[in-house]
Amino acid sequence: MTNTVDTKAHTGRTSRTDNWWLSPLLVGVGFALFIAYATVRAFENNYFEIGQFLSPFYSPKLIFDWWHFSPAILILWIPAGFRATCYYYRKAYYRAYFQTPTACSVVGTSGKGYSGETKFPLILQNAHRYFFYCAAIVLFILWYDAIVAFISPQGQFAPSVLGLVMVLNCILLSGYTFGCHAGRHLCGGALNCFSQTEQQKVRFRIWHFVTKLNEHHMGWAWASLFSVGLTDLYVTMVARGLATPIFFL
Amino acid sequence: MRKAKLNVYRGDKNGGEFKQYEVPVEEGMVVLDAIHYIQAHDAPDLAVRWNCKAAKCGSCSAEVNGMPSLMCKTRMDRFGDDEEIKVQPLKTFPIIKDLVTDVSWNYEVNKKIKGFSPAPDEKEWVIHQEDIDRVQEFRKCIECFLCQDVCHVLRDHDRKDAFMGPRFLVRTAGLDMHPKDTANRMKYLKDEGHIGMCNITKCCTEVCPEDIHITDNAIIPLKERVVDEFYDPIGKFIKKVLGSNK
Repeated sequence: MTNTVDTKAHTGRTSRTDNWWLSPLLVGVGFALFIAYATVRAFENNYFEIGQFLSPFYSPKLIFDWWHFSPAILILWIPAGFRATCYYYRKAYYRAYFQTPTACSVVGTSGKGYSGETKFPLILQNAHRYFFYCAAIVLFILWYDAIVAFISPQGQFAPSVLGLVMVLNCILLSGYTFGCHAGRHLCGGALNCFSQTEQQKVRFRIWHFVTKLNEHHMGWAWASLFSVGLTDLYVTMVARGLATPIFFL
Repeated sequence: MRKAKLNVYRGDKNGGEFKQYEVPVEEGMVVLDAIHYIQAHDAPDLAVRWNCKAAKCGSCSAEVNGMPSLMCKTRMDRFGDDEEIKVQPLKTFPIIKDLVTDVSWNYEVNKKIKGFSPAPDEKEWVIHQEDIDRVQEFRKCIECFLCQDVCHVLRDHDRKDAFMGPRFLVRTAGLDMHPKDTANRMKYLKDEGHIGMCNITKCCTEVCPEDIHITDNAIIPLKERVVDEFYDPIGKFIKKVLGSNK
């Protein structure tokens, strides 16, 4: 029996011996890369449309005489706000950037000054459902874009790999958007009783389906983040002449 | 026979030290078995709280290699042959002796939650399974308080003065979502339980030995109910016009 003098039971940041730092590191780097790419593309205001293909960063394309900057700025606040207030992303960036906490049982920040989401600005996280409503509208427009991508400017059926990529992007965005925690609450989670009226029974079935999506919300969040970035990358490469949509017909 | 090295905290509120013990590892052994071995052979005065040894009483909560865990559910074969195993008391609560902490603060928090409140004129109780499934998940809680221990609001920021913690958000969710309950606990949740302190980083869910989806199924739905009541004027107006069928 040997003794190690340590007058307190808990000293230092943590006693964990596993790679607790890896997850917040990967999340932090992943978000930073996406944000940097999206910011550059949003302000570039070029190479976002070619033929029937429109980048998701610029959809819906809002062109006004009075607006002299990139039209992406007029629309990107919606998906950005939706993701920034998303319950999954909050967990991810609170850990990776805010260090509250860095990881479970690992001290990030400490002290009584912590107020969580009770005060400005973080109290605005409570507006998540409003971003959900707006994001759902944008998603329907992206579905419209994906369908239009299968029709050439001359009105002919023109299936392509890029069109399929846009559809896949919409599927992943739909899984993410409609598996949202706020949506889960609004469609049925707010009820205490699911069985008394026809309306409750319908809402229960919707809630049950949304719950299945919601169980994999993190997966949908990451998959759709990658897909929206890669879809834009493909569109811009085609617009720059560096790639082709690869038409099947 | 392989021998494991356990560094066990020995001390009380005045301080202490980690003592290393060697324990022969048998098949199927858990950390609580190792602690019992130490009690039987090396340190009969080692204080540890335990009862069922079946992950159902929630007594043997401690921190094993830094992670809040039930000692009776932490198998010895998950550690490498040369890996030293550090066993500490829960950090969030005051130490009494060795691995035993004073968790009585939790019972004081519990008293403040408005209990089950069915309508007084309720005559017939017919509850469908789909109405009670959600609540039954919360009833699995064994009150091990690992979620309270790992919650950084209580653990790192010591906001026991303000925040009720995940265990009691689970209890509140179980009451509030009950189809026969009529009480409104939203003002309490917002202003006294301070649900807004929770930044849903999910550590409570990660350590729960009963696999209760604390964050997704209890805390976030309660946060959304608080939003209904206090932060969604448009939704509130629409519900007022259409009538809520909660």
